[in-house]
Amino acid sequence: MMGRMTNPTPRPQTMAEKILSRRGTHTVYAGDLAVVEVDQVMVVDSIAQSFIQRMQQDLGATPKYPERVSIVIDHVAPASTVSVAQAQKEAREYAAQTGVRLFDVGRGICHQVLMEEGLARPGWIVLGSDSHSTTYGAVAAFGSGMGATDIALAAASGKTWLKVPDSVKVTFAGDLRPGVTAKDVALEMIRRLGADGATYQSIEMHAGDRFTRGERMTLANLCVEAGAKAGLVVPGGEILTAYGYDIPEWVYPDEGATYVQSIEIDLGTLNPRMSAPSEVDNVFDVAQLREDLRDVHVDQVFIGTCTNGRIEDLHAAANVLRGRRVAPGTRLLVIPASSQVMEDAMADGTLLTLQRAGAVLGTPGCGPCMGRHQGVLAPGEVCVSTSNRNFIGRMGDKDARIYLASPAVAAATAVMGRVALPEDVPGQGEVA
Amino acid sequence: MARIWKFGDSVNTDDILPGKFAPFMAGEDVFQTFAFHYIRPEFAASVRPGDVLIGGRNWGLGSSREYAPQALKKLQVGGIVAPSFARIHYRNLLNLGIPAFEFDLTGLLEDGAEVSLDVQTGVLTHAGGTVQLPPPPEFLREALAEGSILAFFKKHGRFPGEPA
Ligand code: SF4
Repeated sequence: MMGRMTNPTPRPQTMAEKILSRRGTHTVYAGDLAVVEVDQVMVVDSIAQSFIQRMQQDLGATPKYPERVSIVIDHVAPASTVSVAQAQKEAREYAAQTGVRLFDVGRGICHQVLMEEGLARPGWIVLGSDSHSTTYGAVAAFGSGMGATDIALAAASGKTWLKVPDSVKVTFAGDLRPGVTAKDVALEMIRRLGADGATYQSIEMHAGDRFTRGERMTLANLCVEAGAKAGLVVPGGEILTAYGYDIPEWVYPDEGATYVQSIEIDLGTLNPRMSAPSEVDNVFDVAQLREDLRDVHVDQVFIGTCTNGRIEDLHAAANVLRGRRVAPGTRLLVIPASSQVMEDAMADGTLLTLQRAGAVLGTPGCGPCMGRHQGVLAPGEVCVSTSNRNFIGRMGDKDARIYLASPAVAAATAVMGRVALPEDVPGQGEVA
Repeated sequence: MARIWKFGDSVNTDDILPGKFAPFMAGEDVFQTFAFHYIRPEFAASVRPGDVLIGGRNWGLGSSREYAPQALKKLQVGGIVAPSFARIHYRNLLNLGIPAFEFDLTGLLEDGAEVSLDVQTGVLTHAGGTVQLPPPPEFLREALAEGSILAFFKKHGRFPGEPA
């Protein structure tokens, strides 16, 4: 038999150990193998064909619980080529046949949509065919990314196998200064841990009652950039209950749980951060890069993605852009993370502010984040993006350079045409 | 006997199978002939069934593409031994039934060395003696006996270690 079946003297557990024990058959600790129930399986458009092939040809199976499977058409939406259109057509047909949920073109980015639809909840296990599935940790769900076979096995069985991860404890202390955001905190965390600093591990973030749900999503989203299997934010205060989530008492980590590493981030000392090409952990103060890149023209600014395409991100950008224009020769792309974000931004005038400033608005979805469509970069171009990956070739040509930053810094950069902080924008802070 | 193919640190999924030779581009039947195409061009033509790959840290980092390990499976690679594996790739290996052992052999064995590997026990025999690799957990041994986790599930309708 696998793991330990009896547990005479229960040891304190991390949050990952708690969730995997609860959703499995017995109490488990880091290093144990566990077979656990999966509460939601998410399939994105780009992997849908492989998923369907695994289900139908390799397993000869149908989803055990169709209501626990969601297909989201978001990575290349609307379709850009005939073969993409064909694959999406097959995904729609599969959903209609099997009764799994389908979120079609324009509904938004997988992680944002699942969160809005209540398909990730505290204590749940959510698997996605996309590496940024760590995002669900924002609401204390064990979210993890996997390949097509794992995803198909989970859909067919309602379960998955997991090695229970070691945990890294990250504690936030103090309060953010004005102009510093969750994105800056996340980049600092990646800088401190390094790109493989949490491989196989779960990052458990102790934030107290700081950070909104959206900010927690930004933090959990970037955990995979340190190699993590999951990024769990411990629920604190009223943050999640205000959104209507029930938080089970058992989900909290125990006092005295074992961590392989503990770090503390003093929020009060943080400055806006930027990740320079072409590793996410290549993180600098924006103020420093602004000097280094004084003479570098920024060709494209992209505000969107599962990291920073939410309403508060669009508000932060609009606050910088209100009454101003994007610099000549710079393109500003804004893609809301979901149809709901788009609606909210339409209703409160944010989109009008952005449009008047010269932004180009796109269909809710991933946009150019992975360089497939809607704004790929030419050789030598420079892009400042609110996304999560700046790898070589990620958004187009391999000789394009991508810098990752918060929406406020991205917006300031769009106005100035070079890397800038909001305070560099003339008249910033005055009422426009 | 099997031979050792030795690689360095951070062999990524593009090294294992470059994206442009993905099955849907190179062809379902031949894509495996492009395994390690750029970093070991002679590999696919000379690898023999059962040969063992040894690598350095973070083997298999990069994308979650499953066709990289699939190419190795088609070439009947006998096992991969590396001090650490990238997480999604490690799962893909086991799902497909390619034995993966977390152990550093790079200091002990040279490229081309003749060995034999018992994947059930993790015992690797080479000219100078034997090495006990950390055997795969019981859970995985059960799966490997059926070929892979996928094959195990298909046959039993459950995961290894789960009550029948
Ligand atoms: S927005 Fe980017 S990182 Fe997020 S799911 Fe889409 S492609 Fe992946």
